[in-house]
Amino acid sequence: MGASLARAVQWTSVAGSGSGKLELSPMNEKLLNDIIQFIESFGGKHPEESKYVFKEALSWNTTLTASAFGSGYDIGASQIKSQDKDPNGVPLLELDEGTLKVRTLDQAANVIKMSKEKCTNEVRLCLEANRDPLVKILGAAYATVDTEDSTLIRMVEKNKSESSEESSLLLRFLLIMQQFDMRLLNSCMQEISKQVRLSPSTVNADVALLQSFAGESPNTPLKNIKFTSPHVFSNECRALPWRQVHGDICYVIIDPHDGEKFCVTASTYGCFVNGGFNEDTLEVLDFEKRGEVYKDLVTLLRSKSNRFAENISKKVITLQFYVRIITCFIFQEFSSHHGTPRETDKDTIITSELSMENEKEDESATEKQLKNQKDKTLKPSLKWKSLEDSRKNEKEESKKKKKKSTTSPPAGRRASYYGRKTPQDEDDFSESSDDSEEEEEVQDRRQDAGSDLPSEYWQIQKLVKYLKGGNQTATIIALCSMRDFNLAQETCQLAIRDVGGLEVLINLLDTDENKCKIGSLKILKEISRNVQIRRAIADLGGLQTMVKILQSQNKDLKCLAAETIANVAKFRRARRTVRQHGGIKKLVALLECPANSCDAGKDVEVARSGALALWSCSKSTKNKHAIRRAGAIPMLAKLLKSQHEEMLIPVVGTLQECASEPSYRLAIRTEGMIEDLVTNLKSSNSELQMHCAAAIFKCAEDKATRDLVRQYGGLDPLVALLPQSDNKELLAAATGAIWKCAISPQNVERFQELKAIEQLVGLLNDQPEDVLVNVVGALGECAQEPANRLIIRKAGGIPSLVHLLTGTNQALLVNVTKAVGACATEPENMSIIDKLDGVRLLWSLLKNQNPEVQASAAWAVCPCIENARDAGEMVRSFVGGLELIVSLLKSTDLEVLASVCSAIANIAKDEENLAVITDHGVVPMLARLAATNNDKLRRHLAEAIARCCTWGNNRVSFGREGAVAPLVGYLRSEDKQVHRSTAQALYQLSRDPDNCITMHENGVVKMLLNMVGSSDNALQEAAAGCIGNIRRLALANEKAKYA
Amino acid sequence: MSKKNQKLAEDMLRTSSQKHFNKTELECLIHFYQNLMGHVKMDRNQFRDILHQRFNMTEDLLMDRVFRAFDKDSDSFISLIEWVEGLSIFLRGTQEEKIEYAFTVYDLNGDGYISREEMFQMLKTSLVKQPTEEDPDEGIKDLVEITLKKMDHDHDSRLSKTDFRDSVIIEPLLLEAFGPCLPDEKCACAFENQVLVVKKHRG
Repeated sequence: MGASLARAVQWTSVAGSGSGKLELSPMNEKLLNDIIQFIESFGGKHPEESKYVFKEALSWNTTLTASAFGSGYDIGASQIKSQDKDPNGVPLLELDEGTLKVRTLDQAANVIKMSKEKCTNEVRLCLEANRDPLVKILGAAYATVDTEDSTLIRMVEKNKSESSEESSLLLRFLLIMQQFDMRLLNSCMQEISKQVRLSPSTVNADVALLQSFAGESPNTPLKNIKFTSPHVFSNECRALPWRQVHGDICYVIIDPHDGEKFCVTASTYGCFVNGGFNEDTLEVLDFEKRGEVYKDLVTLLRSKSNRFAENISKKVITLQFYVRIITCFIFQEFSSHHGTPRETDKDTIITSELSMENEKEDESATEKQLKNQKDKTLKPSLKWKSLEDSRKNEKEESKKKKKKSTTSPPAGRRASYYGRKTPQDEDDFSESSDDSEEEEEVQDRRQDAGSDLPSEYWQIQKLVKYLKGGNQTATIIALCSMRDFNLAQETCQLAIRDVGGLEVLINLLDTDENKCKIGSLKILKEISRNVQIRRAIADLGGLQTMVKILQSQNKDLKCLAAETIANVAKFRRARRTVRQHGGIKKLVALLECPANSCDAGKDVEVARSGALALWSCSKSTKNKHAIRRAGAIPMLAKLLKSQHEEMLIPVVGTLQECASEPSYRLAIRTEGMIEDLVTNLKSSNSELQMHCAAAIFKCAEDKATRDLVRQYGGLDPLVALLPQSDNKELLAAATGAIWKCAISPQNVERFQELKAIEQLVGLLNDQPEDVLVNVVGALGECAQEPANRLIIRKAGGIPSLVHLLTGTNQALLVNVTKAVGACATEPENMSIIDKLDGVRLLWSLLKNQNPEVQASAAWAVCPCIENARDAGEMVRSFVGGLELIVSLLKSTDLEVLASVCSAIANIAKDEENLAVITDHGVVPMLARLAATNNDKLRRHLAEAIARCCTWGNNRVSFGREGAVAPLVGYLRSEDKQVHRSTAQALYQLSRDPDNCITMHENGVVKMLLNMVGSSDNALQEAAAGCIGNIRRLALANEKAKYA
Repeated sequence: MSKKNQKLAEDMLRTSSQKHFNKTELECLIHFYQNLMGHVKMDRNQFRDILHQRFNMTEDLLMDRVFRAFDKDSDSFISLIEWVEGLSIFLRGTQEEKIEYAFTVYDLNGDGYISREEMFQMLKTSLVKQPTEEDPDEGIKDLVEITLKKMDHDHDSRLSKTDFRDSVIIEPLLLEAFGPCLPDEKCACAFENQVLVVKKHRG
């Protein structure tokens, strides 16, 4: 009863305050009644346990008086004591000045009997005074702990060690209590589930549904139904926020066939007619409730409008009929495969059963007959036709529903569906890249019972029968024979599952017979390649058993179990199960490869299978951490030195999977694994090469790693992989590694020597996107080097790059824009880009949804404008282009803002364009950004401001918009480049006297004086110019004073 | 006595065909045998007791066959030499030796073939009989057919030693296809620890 008291009972004050009162809610009422019943009947059911003396008395301030006590009690002046005493002579019940102390359940039952109608109150007082009664009854060791309750286990342990009369009594007592606890929780659950509340989505669905029925024609249920307001708040409610506080969701105006229009409030606790609404403004005038609250819209309408009730029931009949047909399919499918319908589909099945009853349908009707029936009823009835349109939406909906139900899972899966929603699944969203390929929702294709089954099905069924009913010998023969079937074939895999073979195979894993386990695992290993079988194995708890087997002495067993886990753990839930049952640690333990073992071959095999399983498991982020914590990294590093290809593949696979985590990347570098990865790049096995390249791809994010790759000579084999154009995966990994390595200029030099750039350009055509992303990324990095830009042009790469600007893959676009931008810094390249209309394409990418693409496109635009001939004219020729780029200043992404500022600085070089962007309001927008403290943005913003100052009275405008003071603050930044552009901006701004005053007030002079001494000429000049302007103003001022 | 055993063990190491036990282990085995028997030879019942208690074997037919396999000279007693040589295969035999041994056990009439009838005999108790079935032996007959299909490579409806060997090499689980005739790992381990290792410490 601890758990239900702690969780289900509704206390008035915040939990933990100690003196909470029980709320007077129906649920508590029910709980109290249950407890009273339990205590009253306890003595009759468990006479021995009811005499059990509590460790500590339950005491509370009672309302009972002396008069209530009868025989069996010594009644004194202020004290009442029971005549029954415990072995130490303490009375089992004591009443001392209103404080009642009770020591047995027997006495508690007496108290309840004596307090008669006040018994609920008595129990309430008792519970309020004793928040966790079990502590007092059984002792502090049995306090209810929220997280996990192991009291029972402790109890059993204790009982085992002591096994005295007393402790076994205690155990029984505890067991009864726990049972009762469960019962209480269950009844709470039922209570809670009754209080289903309305939600915006259900109301919306109801209204949409009714809308589809509404119409002027007399046989529609109602004329019209609509919301008062078209505006929907972000929480899907339509009611005004201050009404939402009262629980209102929305207001609906209903126009029935009989009677006036009226307005209904839909609130979380139900629907009711409100005080009316204004016809013109459609505003609700009076929010007060007029009349009863109904549980939903339809019930309300039924009682308000007779016509609705009448017509809707017709609809309901026809609708139901349709639903029935569908649900019959589902029902049949389920009953034919599971024998009994599953609870998950309770709703549909209930409907189907109901409708079957209604229509007096024969349950055994076959699917075909039903189909015919459906066709028949659909065709001749004209009514159907008229209804059809209005119900089209719905049909689709129910079809979807049907689809859903057919894919809904067999036993055990149910729990997992619930499980998916729990917060502990957060790692579901943190999976690494490869997860997308996963077949999470696979259609559960089960064979129809009626259709012809292949002969294998019957043979397998027979073998499973022998597995079930045979001794060890028969089992082994059956297992061996089962392996003769083609287990890679789906028919056989599903046949094993459908005849209940999986259960038997998994049960065999729990036996003591190693031979049976081996035989069973050999089959499981094969059939777990099938997605549905994997799920079924996980549902049947197979993973838990296999994790246990990993500790076995028998190496064959360990291998097989790990390999099967490797197959099963291809989906999230399975990986989580493995982790939660301590599988990761055990798998890591398999990697231990003793150097001087008698049969090293077997040990290598064990380590290999362990690595395979870890590889599968490492697709979840949490598992990656668990693997690291289990100390796998040094072991993997050791195995990486192995000579066996089949060992290296899973090891490198695991590493490259885990390298998405920075901690692994560091470890891979520091454990010296880069060298081995580079060595294995030269392997002849393309899969191994692929994984090595992918690992380098991920690791080369770090500069030190990139240098190591070069030092170990890893760049050459990477480039050597480029001609492997038929193996796309390998190509993607290799180009990815080249891309990341090319971030270091020294590596680019080596690539240049190896003529990698020409090869990369050659790969720009006819490659899948994931290869292209990497190729273009690599080219973008290489093109940072002026010489390489020439090489790219000579190799004819520019047209291909420009062509790729028309793509849609955002990762690709980011890289392409970068590469094009880098190429555009060369005037000759620029003329090609211009000819191909590349700038227009870049410009149109500014409209892309992805801020990364926007930013990268804006960066690329800058060199284009710088190097294009007639750049100003070109920019103007883009219709709406300037407006677009100015509007990007509203972005919230810092990178976008910085890039756009930089682009604007370039655009503003052209006077006419500057005039246009000024008209588009660039000045206030730039000024608004001035408050930033991001150095990159500051630098480009100051640049843009400097350029924009040259037009009209923009200088004055910047001052008015308050951009000057924050700009002065930029001079305190650490970044030298910020200083330069800021000084330039200030120089431009200082031509306006008001700005000079603001600057001076903000203490600019001292900082500028320091910068005059800078080694940067541009900075020197700008700072000096600015000081000059300020000084001139001061002089003029003085002159004016004395003149 | 101990000295005598030492000498016996030395002799045995020289003369016997077994090659899996070393001298100390031999001594332990001799000691175990003599401890149990005194100077009488081990008879069928005593041997079956050991199989039953030490190695969890329960099937009468197979225990009998194991006895026959140990009792090479067919005198219905297991001599010390037979004991040691038998155990050497029983506990530590190579796969080839075990195949030979298992085949001898399963070849009930000793004609060099395991026939349908012999298989039936050995698998008779392997299935729980369904009272509803018309022919209670149907399942067993079927099992025999399955086994033949799997192991009878030359399709002569009986298993020769070659058939048996080939099948076991392909699928090691089939070594004990017709019932347990070798100790499982746990029992073997326990026996070795008790009989071979502990005594060694004392010795």
